[in-house]
Amino acid sequence: MQIARGEVWTSRALLIALMLITILPFISIFITALHPSNTVPSGFQWPAEPQWGNFVEAFNVANMTTLLGSSTFIVLAVVPISLIISTMAGFAIGHLRIPGSRVLLFLFVFGLTLPFGGIIVPLYYLERSMGIYNTRLAIVLPLIGLYMPFAVYWMRAHFVNMPEEISEAARVDGATTWDLFWRIHLPLARPPMASLGILMSVWTWNQFLIALVLVEDPSQRTMAGALGAFQGHYATNVPLLCAGTILILLPTLIIFVLFQGQIIAALLQGSVKG
Amino acid sequence: MMTTSDNRPAVSTRSQGASSNRRPPRGNLPRRELLPRRENVIGWLFTLPALVMYAVFVLLPLALSIQYSFFRWDGIGEMTWVGLKNYATVLEVPDLLATIVNAFKLVVFFSFIPVSLGLVVASVIHRVATGRLGAISRTVLFLPQVIPLVAAGIIWGWLLALPGLINQVLRAIGLGTITRAWLGDFDWALPSVGFIGIWVLLGFCTVLLWTGMSKLDPALYESARIDGASWYKEFASVTVPLLRQEIGVCLTVTTIAALAAFDIVYVTTAGGPGNSTAVPGIQIYILAFTQQRIGLASALAVMLMLLVLAVILPIQRLTREVS
Repeated sequence: MQIARGEVWTSRALLIALMLITILPFISIFITALHPSNTVPSGFQWPAEPQWGNFVEAFNVANMTTLLGSSTFIVLAVVPISLIISTMAGFAIGHLRIPGSRVLLFLFVFGLTLPFGGIIVPLYYLERSMGIYNTRLAIVLPLIGLYMPFAVYWMRAHFVNMPEEISEAARVDGATTWDLFWRIHLPLARPPMASLGILMSVWTWNQFLIALVLVEDPSQRTMAGALGAFQGHYATNVPLLCAGTILILLPTLIIFVLFQGQIIAALLQGSVKG
Repeated sequence: MMTTSDNRPAVSTRSQGASSNRRPPRGNLPRRELLPRRENVIGWLFTLPALVMYAVFVLLPLALSIQYSFFRWDGIGEMTWVGLKNYATVLEVPDLLATIVNAFKLVVFFSFIPVSLGLVVASVIHRVATGRLGAISRTVLFLPQVIPLVAAGIIWGWLLALPGLINQVLRAIGLGTITRAWLGDFDWALPSVGFIGIWVLLGFCTVLLWTGMSKLDPALYESARIDGASWYKEFASVTVPLLRQEIGVCLTVTTIAALAAFDIVYVTTAGGPGNSTAVPGIQIYILAFTQQRIGLASALAVMLMLLVLAVILPIQRLTREVS
């Protein structure tokens, strides 16, 4: 080994220090959450009598059952629809190469850098006039639209690399365009669709601005959106706020631990392609 | 669902599509007109749902943003045409211009620091921690990236508060005199928000850059090491030049995160104290939804979108060029 001993130990120390900085905040709010409600505990101090009941209280005041239902509904509405329509568009642009596909691609790519904040104000007035303001559709529909640039670009990247011969053989056997898509290309597109689905689920679950502006009723929002409202109500009750935050984090953390390989890979590929 | 189209046109479309790939495109233009029109219509129908959702919920609001920016409007009453006055106001009123300056300050914290530090950490993992320590640290450092930014904001809001962990640590190491409510301090609020950004984005940059490094030819590193290259030499002459594209991706993603920042700022400081952490996203929200100045909010929104483009395009150009 050509690497000096000292360097090895400095490197390890650096990595361990950075991991501690990443983990300590989570431990700190966990410990804080165990302090008696309405007290102001000081930083890092194990409570005399851990108040596990705080989690139950936070679960009830945050209306967690409704919230979980609402977030799940939003994810289940946004992700499958976005997946199917972006795959269809990616197929037409990348594989069928319909006339005008370069213009279409440019149109979608143009939306990639668009900050949500740039269109949130007109979206609010648009949704009021459409009559969907303050419903779950107010989150679902714009999110589908906002994911299209990335999702179409992502799926097109897959279809561009599919060999023509697959389709030619199927055409000879008499397949229609729809057969071609549904029977042959959709099954082959499963891996990129899975990554895209994971990505869009995480983004939707964590979506805050759209939920904050377009839905007044926190029980109709996403998890992250509801957390904002919860903070507004319990800003002064630090232990309860910490308990609520942990509960809202928990689903994401569990999913991350279970699927960490796929999630990291998807998020990385996502940014490389984007 | 899609109606049954008879097979003959379908077959010829394909065989023609194949020839268009191999021959100069001009050769098949006349034939293309003849047969595949029906197929083209079906192809367009495939893009239609995506296009409609994108047009209605992104392009239309974008156009409306531009339209609103030329008017004075309180959201309810009459709209009054004011030309470019809203844009002039953004540039003239110090508090509004300051939001754009703050956005660029956040770029330092959200982008430059995580990318540079990420490069160092990734190369440390790549060079030294090739085993389990490296794998664990990649997973752990990535963790803040998957939680909602709002949660990161709430967690750090508490850690940086007067009785929070940060001040406790500072007192423990004898720096009790500098303790303060970090997010409530005029000078320290913005760097504190920036620090939260580093915490969130460092792992993302590290893992992305490490992935890039692990794809490089190991022979490059081996020959550098046989020459006895130090960590720094290896870093500067092998790692950085070959990772230009990955560095570009990191810079792009993190710069957009900085310029478009909203969630973290909203839950930690809401732009305060005073105006010290106000960024365009927050200011648009306040102008539109608490002050009912829709025109001005839209002008700032349009400027934010142009700003993002103006910063991202050169980064893309610089890092995509093949050396």
